[in-house]
Amino acid sequence: MAESTTDFTLDSAAALAAEEQGAIEGKSPWLLAWRRLRRNYVALSFLGLFVLIVVICTLAPLYKDYVAHTGPNEGHLGETFTRDGKQVPIVSKGGFVGGEFIAGGIPVGPQLWHAGGRYVFGADTQGRDVAVRLLYGGLTSLKVGIGSALICSLFALVLALLAGYYGGWVDWLIARFFDLIWAFPVLLLAIALGTALSINGFHHFGINVESGSLWIPTLVISYVLIPYVGRPLRGQILSLREKEFIEAATAQGASPLRVMFSELVPNIASSVLVFFTLIIANNILTEAGLSFLGAGVQPPSASWGTLIADGQERIVTAPWLAIIPGIAIVLTVLSLNIFGDGLRDALDPRAKVRIEH
Amino acid sequence: MLAFIVRRLIGAFLVLIAVSFITYLIFVQIPGGDPAQRIAGRTATDANIADIREKLHLNDPFYEQYWGMMQSLFTGSLKSYASQLDVVDQIKQGIPATFSLCIGAGIIWLGFGILVGVISAVTAGRLSDRVITVLALIGISMPVFWLGLIVRYLFAQDHPFHFMPDGGYIPLTSNPWEWFVHLLMPWFVLAVLFIGFYGRVLRSNVLDTINEDYVRTARAKGLPPRRVLVKHVLRNSLIPIVTLFGLDFAAVLGGSAILTETVFDLKGVGYYAAQSVQSLDLPPIMGVTIYATFFIVLFSVLVDLLYAWLDPRIRPT
Repeated sequence: MAESTTDFTLDSAAALAAEEQGAIEGKSPWLLAWRRLRRNYVALSFLGLFVLIVVICTLAPLYKDYVAHTGPNEGHLGETFTRDGKQVPIVSKGGFVGGEFIAGGIPVGPQLWHAGGRYVFGADTQGRDVAVRLLYGGLTSLKVGIGSALICSLFALVLALLAGYYGGWVDWLIARFFDLIWAFPVLLLAIALGTALSINGFHHFGINVESGSLWIPTLVISYVLIPYVGRPLRGQILSLREKEFIEAATAQGASPLRVMFSELVPNIASSVLVFFTLIIANNILTEAGLSFLGAGVQPPSASWGTLIADGQERIVTAPWLAIIPGIAIVLTVLSLNIFGDGLRDALDPRAKVRIEH
Repeated sequence: MLAFIVRRLIGAFLVLIAVSFITYLIFVQIPGGDPAQRIAGRTATDANIADIREKLHLNDPFYEQYWGMMQSLFTGSLKSYASQLDVVDQIKQGIPATFSLCIGAGIIWLGFGILVGVISAVTAGRLSDRVITVLALIGISMPVFWLGLIVRYLFAQDHPFHFMPDGGYIPLTSNPWEWFVHLLMPWFVLAVLFIGFYGRVLRSNVLDTINEDYVRTARAKGLPPRRVLVKHVLRNSLIPIVTLFGLDFAAVLGGSAILTETVFDLKGVGYYAAQSVQSLDLPPIMGVTIYATFFIVLFSVLVDLLYAWLDPRIRPT
C-alpha cells in the first residue's frame, strides 16, 4: 500500500478549525446537512413528488368510493357508462382495429374527465377501472418497496454491527453469508424463491405466511438485497472500530450493545439513511420485475408490475394498460433516486454510495 | 500471485457447491411440489407415482438425491421433470441467444457509458452535463421490461412508423444481417440502465481525478488538454469501471437478462429459466443457477486479477 498520506497534525487541524469556526460553531452534523439540503431545491421538489405519490396512493379507497364508484377488482363486462350524454360500452365486442380483426373485447381508452371521474385512465379487458387499479397497485408496490427496504436495511445494519464489532469468526461467518447471497444470480434467486413460496406459502420455524401474502415478495426482495447494503456498512464499521472514541468508550466500561448503538450507529446513520432511500427505489423496480414474471405479487392483488404484465398482451389494442403503470414506476423511482442523491450530497459530500441492481 | 489465484479458485469452487446445495434445499422444501405427481399426470395411480418416485430416487435421503443430481448435471444426463428434455442440451441451445444479447449490449453500454460520462464530466455544470444527468437518472429509473415493451410497441408493432423486426432470435450463422437487426432493440434496451450508471460513476471519478496533483503537474508542464484527459485522467478513472463491468457483465450473462429475453421472445438461457420456474421444474432451475453462478464467480476472480494488474498498489504480495 503506497497510498499518499497527507500531513494532518494537531496544528493543521487547529488552524483548519479556526478558519471555519464562525460557520460551524455549535452546529450538529444533522443541522449542517439540513442546511445543505435546504438549498437543494431539485432534491426537495422530488421529495415532494414522492410524498405526493404516496399520499395519492393511500387515498385510493376514497377515490374508489367517491370518484370512480368501482373497486379495483370489480369487472364491468357488458356494461355501459355515460360520456357527454351518450352511452358507451366499457368493453366493446371486438372488431377491426387498424385493419386487423381483434376477437376479444376492446376496453375503452382513457376518458380523463369526460366521464365524470369514471375511467379516467380507461378500462382493462375485464372492464375494471385502470385508475383505481393504478392507485391500489401503487399502494401494493409502495408497501413492498418500502417494507422490504426497511427489513433489508435493518438486517444489514444488525449483521454489519455484529460483524464489525466482534470481528473474528463472527465476522468471518457473516462475511461468507454476504458472499454467498452475492454469488447467487439476484433475479434468478428472487424468482426461484418467489415462485416456490407462492405455491403453498411458508410454514416453517413457527412462521406462517399464506401463499398470496404480500410478505412473500417483501421478504424475498429484502433477503436477496441484504449484502448490497450489508457489505459497505460492514466495511465502514470495520474502520470505525479502530478509532480512538470506540477505545475510549470501551475503556470507560461501555457494554458491547452500548458501543454499537450509541457510538457506532450514529456514525453510520447517514449512510444507512441514504442507502434506505436508494434501496426503496431499487426494490420497487425489483418488485415490478418479479411481478412481471409472475413470481412477485399474486392475483387478485395488483401491483404496478402485475399491471404492466397484464397490459403486455394488449399493448397494440390497449397501450394505456401497460404505459400508465410504467410511468407511475418511473416517476416514483426517479423521485427517490434524485432525492437520495441530494441527501447523500448533503449528509456527506465525499461519500460514494451506489446501489447495485 | 499464484497463491492468490489458487486461493480464489478454491473459494470460487466452494461457493459453487454451497449455491447449488442451497438451490436444492429451496426446492426440496416446497410443500405440494411433488415432481412425481406432476410427471405421472392426473390419471396416475398410487403405484404409478411410487414407481416414478423410485425411478427418480425421490425416496432417497436428500443428500443422496443432491449428489445424484449434481453427478447427472456434470455428465450431461440431467433431465427435466416436466418435459423429459436434457437440461444441459437446453441450456446449450439457449447460449447463442443469451451471449449474442449480452455481448452486444455490453459493448454498447461500455462505449456509450464512457462517452456519456466523459462528455458530462468535461462539460460539468453546463447545459449538456445537466441534460445528460437527467437522462441518465431517467435511464436508471425505468423498469427494463417496460422500456422493452414500449420500444417494441413503438418501433416494431402495429404503429404508424414501425420499421424494426419484432422480437425473436435469428442465429448469426443463418443470417448475420437479420441477427443484427433483430438484436438491435434488445441490445439498447438492456444497455440503457448500465449507460446511466456508468455515465454517473465515470463522471464523478473523472471529476475526482481532475483535482489530483499529477493532473495539475501534467497541465503545468504544458501537455495538450486532450492528452491530459486521455492519458492521465481517463486511464485512472476507468479502473473502477473495469470492476463494475466485469461484475455486471457476469450478472447479465447469468440471468439478469431474463427480463429482456422474456420481453423480446429471445429464447436464451434466461427465457428457459423463466419457463422452468413457472412450472417449478427443479432440474433446469438447478442447471441454470449453477451455470449463472459459474459466470458470476468466474468473473469476480477475473476482475480481481485484472484489477491487480491495472492498479499495482493493490497487488497482493
